[in-house]
Amino acid sequence: MHIMEGFLPPAHALGWTAVSLPFLAWGLRSMGRSLQAHPERRMLLGVAAAFAFLLSALKLPSVTGSCSHPTGVGLGALLFGPAAMVPVGFVVLLFQALLMAHGGITTLGANVFSMAIVGPFVSYGVFRAVGALGLSRSVAVFLAACLGDLATYVTTSAQLALAFPDAVGGFQVSFLKFAGIFALTQVPIAISEGLLTVLVVNAMARFNAHELRALPVMSLRAREGT
Amino acid sequence: MKARTWLTWAVIVLVTVLPLWLIGATPGTPGTALFGGSDDRAQQAIGTIAPGYRPWFSPVFTPASDEIASLLFALQAAIGAGVIGYWLGLSVARERAQAPATATAAASAAEAPREHRAD
Repeated sequence: MHIMEGFLPPAHALGWTAVSLPFLAWGLRSMGRSLQAHPERRMLLGVAAAFAFLLSALKLPSVTGSCSHPTGVGLGALLFGPAAMVPVGFVVLLFQALLMAHGGITTLGANVFSMAIVGPFVSYGVFRAVGALGLSRSVAVFLAACLGDLATYVTTSAQLALAFPDAVGGFQVSFLKFAGIFALTQVPIAISEGLLTVLVVNAMARFNAHELRALPVMSLRAREGT
Repeated sequence: MKARTWLTWAVIVLVTVLPLWLIGATPGTPGTALFGGSDDRAQQAIGTIAPGYRPWFSPVFTPASDEIASLLFALQAAIGAGVIGYWLGLSVARERAQAPATATAAASAAEAPREHRAD
């Protein structure tokens, strides 16, 4: 889902950076406050960040014959709220942009927007919505992580289509083209990420039930799946 | 719980491995490397939509080769897995210390079965 270095026109690169910066500031503030109030959450936040680090390094094969990677930001969004995952996603993307020529500095704003903002916020929204429907926690976690992951790749497709509209068909044709590359490839990978996130949440509930109960999101719907 | 966990792992592995097997059986799209990155495909798509576009900035650091790149990705994954492993180990140890009487019962339902075989 990384937009490669230099592959967004300067105006777009600047625009996405301007959109992402306030979210990053908000995320840092909310993360700092949360840790100050609950220092015991440090460990779990570290695990959520490590999960994003691990998953975004795994390039998995997909049915389209190309490889893509999960994002792993859904887990943290469910535990600590979506804002907390903005700085985490930013660090992951910066690491990849600086050391691996994966993504880039000029496209960092756009990539942060898709992976560290849209992804976590969609995950969080889906989790709340599914939870409100009264379904089990496992179902809510699965759908949240899976759809958050997919949303990231749909966003990337839209960002590229905005920058490179088709000469004839405009934004729509371009969007379908990029979505065919990114979103379609992502479908099985998003399913894997959803399942993995369920496993990790189950492990957390099993081992760290005490800390987990203190988390507002999980305490609301700590129903065990059947 | 344990059976479901195993089943979930099996589905994850299947979803990951099946494409390799299914796509490998049919010839890949000509012109594109099989199982290349989707980022590269997008780059090619940009080339067809806007043939005149030239990237205006190049990466500050590029890994010397694909091998070095995969080393760095492995490093990234290892850092993540290390932290998660540390937390899992710590959680198991803490739980055992807290409830020694129920440790064996708890261990059978644990997520990390390897750590309990020593019991």
